[in-house]
Amino acid sequence: MAKLLSMHIDVDSFIPATDEEKEYMVRMRPSSTFFKDGVKRLIKNKVALVSFILIVLITIASIVIPYFWPYSYEDMLGVSPGKPVDASYNNLSPFTYSTAEQAKIDAGESVFPHVFGTDSSGRDYFIRVVYGTRISLAVGFFASIIVLIIGLTLGSIAGYFGGKVDMVIMRIVDVIYSLPDMLMVILLAAVMKLVLAPVIEGTVLAKIGSNIISLFIVFGVLYWVSMSRLIRGQILSLREQEYVLASKAAGAKGGWIITKHLLPNCISVVIISTALQIPNAIFTESFLSFLGLGVNAPMPSLGSLTSDALNGLASYPYRMVIPALVISLIVLSLNLFGDGLRDAFDPKLRG
Amino acid sequence: MNSKTLFYILKRIVLALVTVWIVITITFFVMRAIPGGPFLGEKAISASAQAALEKKYGLDKPLHEQYFTYLGDVVTKFDFGPSLKQRGRMVIDIIADGMKTSAKLGVISAVAALIVGVVLGAFAALRRNKLVDKVIMVITTAFVSMPSFIIGSLMLALFSVKLGLLPANGTTAAGLILPIITLALYPMSYITRLTRSSMLDVLGQDYIRTAKAKGVSGTKVIFGHALKNSLIPVITYFGPMLAYIVTGSLVVEQIYAVPGIGRAFVSSITNRDYPMIMGTTIVLATLIVIMNLVSDILYKVVDPRINLE
Repeated sequence: MAKLLSMHIDVDSFIPATDEEKEYMVRMRPSSTFFKDGVKRLIKNKVALVSFILIVLITIASIVIPYFWPYSYEDMLGVSPGKPVDASYNNLSPFTYSTAEQAKIDAGESVFPHVFGTDSSGRDYFIRVVYGTRISLAVGFFASIIVLIIGLTLGSIAGYFGGKVDMVIMRIVDVIYSLPDMLMVILLAAVMKLVLAPVIEGTVLAKIGSNIISLFIVFGVLYWVSMSRLIRGQILSLREQEYVLASKAAGAKGGWIITKHLLPNCISVVIISTALQIPNAIFTESFLSFLGLGVNAPMPSLGSLTSDALNGLASYPYRMVIPALVISLIVLSLNLFGDGLRDAFDPKLRG
Repeated sequence: MNSKTLFYILKRIVLALVTVWIVITITFFVMRAIPGGPFLGEKAISASAQAALEKKYGLDKPLHEQYFTYLGDVVTKFDFGPSLKQRGRMVIDIIADGMKTSAKLGVISAVAALIVGVVLGAFAALRRNKLVDKVIMVITTAFVSMPSFIIGSLMLALFSVKLGLLPANGTTAAGLILPIITLALYPMSYITRLTRSSMLDVLGQDYIRTAKAKGVSGTKVIFGHALKNSLIPVITYFGPMLAYIVTGSLVVEQIYAVPGIGRAFVSSITNRDYPMIMGTTIVLATLIVIMNLVSDILYKVVDPRINLE
């Protein structure tokens, strides 16, 4: 007590540190962030890593290949203006050539091979598969982004403000959640394309096609619910934390707290469920394409390619097997990668 | 059963009724949003013929009146109106017809998926991390990642086209074998994984150790104690399984040409047979909602500790 009150300086506090004490302060290794930790765990997970590499390779291939491939997905090779249709281009087997192309080869010219042959309209099948992959991936990606945006907005509003706002949003969620989703998707997709087609005619959107846009709308309307439930739950638990209280005490407004404190803390959950949403969307698109409600012809998607190939299954089974394998590969690796992400970044599930 | 459980059941029933009502409402208004109206198709017809058609189908009345008439007909008489493309047939008759085949297909697939899934799942759990377990897990993971139309198409290509073992046409009894397998593979794989993880969970519980310590034989521990409790999560899958089988049957019946409700639904979409689309959507949606309701209530009754709020 006397010491505390005394104005004397305690000389003991100013003795230089001994080597032993200095050693105590040395950082053995740089401190790791949550993100770095997660990436480390992800890389250790062989299955997730291989899946990730596969997805990246497939994505790059589907973007790059159409730029240098000499055929396009919609060109019927046997049809040229002013000439009768050359049917020898149709239904070619892999690495075979039409009569005209064979003549060119015989004359010493080189002709780019039809790696997967051609389809019944004489279109190069390889590029159709590549293009279909691109469409399926793009649809999956953008549909998930739409779900993310709507789910994130409504979920964080419901979670943060609570009370009546929360109740209204959650009742809507309950109802949409209990609707049989696939049937509603089919119903809406079937009708939407008819409603949309005249509206978007002549605009940029027409190029994307009424079917894909209606698919996006349907996704936006139906699939945000599980995302918003998830985010609401996260926010509900996070908003009781002390640092939120501190921020409030310092005078922060709702929007600031949501964007600066709450959302960054549930970002890993958000990324994981978005990643797992992509295969889901690809699945749905291919399913709708299979029923004839997917992309507008002549644009291919993996689902429409598979269903088109069913007609000639006996003679050309590879035309169905190839897109079927590609789609299974994409969905499988996206699922495995999503699982890996969850294991790596969700601390609650870390075993 | 206490009053809390009863209240929960009542609440779920109300939610189910509301859901069915919303499905009917959405279906009705979505169909009315189609340009040119639902009953006219794509053909251009004269103004007088159009007026006559509109009068016949009650389309000249105000929209809300049409809605209440439709709602009343559906709820009280299961009357979805006549089909547009199959002249002279009522939608409900076509649905009832297709349902005979589809119900057979669906029930057999569901039962097969349940039995095989539970057996495989329990087996995998008991042989945890052994080769058998790993093989089962890899195969089921693959099946869960494959869309049903791809499994169906591949099986058709392999077993009927390539090997010629089974008929590709689903109109005969033998022809239903491939559709049933196709439809059952996904739920089977899902149930296998579900049973395995919940079995592993249960096997780690204290009462299993107690039973073992008391000298109860291995088989009795598994069948008398572990299996029963590890099946509880499977009950929750009944609803989603039916939903899967309904949507799966849309493609499976298409692939194998099975004359069921799924194929009728898909062709009604391509033919733009609107009363048929509406009727089938409402009937199938109601089925799914009922199954979800039953599995939720069953779950609650089987294990009253579970709080579903």
